[in-house]
Amino acid sequence: MVKAAIKQPMPQLFKMPAMTRRVVITGLGPVSAVGLGIEPTWEAAVAGRSGIGPITAFDASGFDCRIAGEVRDLSVKDFVPKNYRKATKVMARDIELAVVAADFAARDAALVTRGTNPDEAPSYAPHRVGAHIGAGLIAGELNELTTALAEARAEDGSFDIHRWGESGMEHLTPLWLLKYLPNMLACHVTIIHDCQGPSNTITCAEASAGLSIGESLRVIQRGAADACFCGGAESKLNPMAFLRQLMTGRYNTTSNDDGSRAVRPFCQNAAGSIVGEGGGIVVLEALETFRQRYAAASGDVKPRAYAEIAGFGASQTVNREARNLRPDPEGRGIAVAIRAALREANVAPGDIDLIIAFGLGLRETDAAEAEALKRVFGETLSGVPVVSTKALVGNCGAGAGGLDVCLAARAIAEQMIPATINCESPLPGINAGSAPARSAKINTVLTYSAGIGGQNAALVLKKIEV
Amino acid sequence: MSSSPQDSSRPQKSAHRVVITGIGWVTPLGHDIETVWRRLLAGESGIGPTRRFDASTFPTQFSAEVKDYDYRQYVTQPEAHEGVGLNTAFALGAAAQAWRAAGLDKYDDLDHERLGIYLGSGEGSLDFDNYVASNLASWNEEARCVDAVRWAAVAQQRMNALREIEQEPNMPLTHLAMEFDVFGPTYNCLTACAASTQAIGEATEILRRGDADVMIAGGAHTMIHPFGVTGFNRLTALSTRNDSCFTASRPFSVDRDGFVLGEGAGMLILETLEHAQRRNAPILAEVVGYGSSADAYRITDIHPEGRGAVAAMRQALENAGLNPQDIDYISAHGTGTHENDSIETLAVKTVFGEYARRVPISSIKSMMGHLIAAAGSVEAITCVLAIRDQKLPPTINLNTPDPACDLDYVPNQARECRVDVCLSNSFGFGGQNDTLVIRRMS
Repeated sequence: MVKAAIKQPMPQLFKMPAMTRRVVITGLGPVSAVGLGIEPTWEAAVAGRSGIGPITAFDASGFDCRIAGEVRDLSVKDFVPKNYRKATKVMARDIELAVVAADFAARDAALVTRGTNPDEAPSYAPHRVGAHIGAGLIAGELNELTTALAEARAEDGSFDIHRWGESGMEHLTPLWLLKYLPNMLACHVTIIHDCQGPSNTITCAEASAGLSIGESLRVIQRGAADACFCGGAESKLNPMAFLRQLMTGRYNTTSNDDGSRAVRPFCQNAAGSIVGEGGGIVVLEALETFRQRYAAASGDVKPRAYAEIAGFGASQTVNREARNLRPDPEGRGIAVAIRAALREANVAPGDIDLIIAFGLGLRETDAAEAEALKRVFGETLSGVPVVSTKALVGNCGAGAGGLDVCLAARAIAEQMIPATINCESPLPGINAGSAPARSAKINTVLTYSAGIGGQNAALVLKKIEV
Repeated sequence: MSSSPQDSSRPQKSAHRVVITGIGWVTPLGHDIETVWRRLLAGESGIGPTRRFDASTFPTQFSAEVKDYDYRQYVTQPEAHEGVGLNTAFALGAAAQAWRAAGLDKYDDLDHERLGIYLGSGEGSLDFDNYVASNLASWNEEARCVDAVRWAAVAQQRMNALREIEQEPNMPLTHLAMEFDVFGPTYNCLTACAASTQAIGEATEILRRGDADVMIAGGAHTMIHPFGVTGFNRLTALSTRNDSCFTASRPFSVDRDGFVLGEGAGMLILETLEHAQRRNAPILAEVVGYGSSADAYRITDIHPEGRGAVAAMRQALENAGLNPQDIDYISAHGTGTHENDSIETLAVKTVFGEYARRVPISSIKSMMGHLIAAAGSVEAITCVLAIRDQKLPPTINLNTPDPACDLDYVPNQARECRVDVCLSNSFGFGGQNDTLVIRRMS
């Protein structure tokens, strides 16, 4: 039968055989403006408490937007083994966020690694653990660089590249470049937790974390690893990265006095998004190896499987007139990813109990998402609750999808729909209006992200009894 | 069965076979397949004094630049690409060559929702002059820090929104998607110097699984800009042989002193075998093996025994269902840094045992420099051409081998020999490693 399927001239009818390994999500590590780790994050999601407020990372008074979803009180040294504290000196903020998120995920999964407990045998052989972590373009720290640039000025104060080449650059620490390479998020995580399996760094703007989780899923499905750290993290809260964001025209510059009301996903009065920092890293495991680990664990540290990752889809949006920097108003690309994820999960649109949407709070992108959802769900869409985390944490860029998967998994575990805020008049046909958190039967959750540039990732999570 | 760890790297029996049907590149040695290949076989160097910016006082004043290149001659949607950065410009030309070579420009029945892209492209080049000027204009000498409010005022005035967004690492991908109307799975990965090898490997997995019919895979990158050279000079990773730059890239030589920055793009059209056969596409080679690993050692150093490199090569061989003795050629990562070349040699010996002394290995970085994220893509194309012509490109500038590098590196002269199966290595800063196995189509 399988052989016959290969020869089929229409590969879209090709069904993956049942031998594909099942994959569960067993550890959650969200990091955002509403807190570090899943407990404060879930609490805020249920309470509908926004973490958006005035920027403190730098003096933002020169920008039209002066609020953000900032991670507060982050001390990365508290989240790395003692012998790794020195290495935190070469971590840009993005890397710190990923390292902290991975630590939360590993501990939430009760996973023994070199990072969580170097004295015990690890839960998995190091070469069977992978890491796929989404990252953004990391902007160099201005003070660090300009301290060196200032040593290479001509008499008139302008930059002199000859002086820079001769001696100015020597004022930069030798490891300067390594602080800002996007793959260093994954590299530090693999070193800390001794993950010697497949490792990747996906850089597709806001779709990065979702695509990374999808890639870990595929790696485990095909047997190249048994467990993976995956997700993403990013910080754009430095002047250069922040300016780049504002230049996209996607942010709200009219709500500086009221951060918690600034982002209004799927609302007809949406006025733009807000820059956030953070994201989420999760632990995925093959169901069969998780079961072995579960059976061997003692009662007080039993790991849990929050949900199964049942389907994944990736796609591309094309809007040539807008150079893919704005959405396709018809939502075709996003719909391709969602359909692929539903197909793999073997669920119909009517089976979806909750959608954790991308929902930037920007009318144009929200409307395109609504069109995409209508394409897939048709009439049934109005019955499915649609929640966006952007109102609480802002746009965490490459980390956004990681945070959303954490909440999707916890929503299944709690059988509860998180609160929706700031949406008094939802776009027509979308069940995204403001509502308190409420208990509900949640077997299947769809979550997706759509990055600037047009890459899309969709994931379907299913309740699972282990 | 895929689930038992012992044979976990074998693709599932139901998986699609994946073939290469088109190739294209933009490199320091030229912008078309045959010219560059001829020059590689002739052992020519693409290295010269850096022209892109004034590097005359830098520790390294030379590089391998792409010359006389204009992406506009390749594109059909020029208005969508106006003002792109160099990475995207290189990617567009290389992809257009590959697209045409595969006959996709004349194939009307392509399902664009089953057409995907997987690139390993790097960060774009900074708007250097405006960035530096903004920083210095807002520098507070006494406080020794940038005045953020002043910086915002100057930078918002000087910087350009399009110029900034085009630096995002997903932009080459985004522009290829517009050029070729791509609606299927699209990714950009950035695992430093391993990126485009990883991109080809993951694209292969997407096709094997049946999630697309056709994938454009490869990479594009330049770090030949002031801060790129600064960063690598500070790491003392670059050759500083300014007095003889044409021969500065000396992989495996005892007097190697670092790598030489190159730039460009390599693109391959990968498709499922049945899709390629259905449309009578030219089949150049088959991707049969892929391995990915992490050193998990240090961000600054390679594991001294090449643990991650060994794992990636072994996985790729196992994935291909081949023995080390089946490999006819190894396209080395071979950067020309002291550390890489000796450890890669050690890793090859660990994987290949006695046979390591007999398998030819070469590094085209000796001729076109190190294309960083794009390096693996041009090296994969080299493997395809080696199989096509039964010829191996040399490692040039190899006159005094390092005693620690005592294998057959095809020194200085191209070689004619039987080439059916090639293995290509790429190892990234920070310890991400990837290996591909490419085989003659049987």
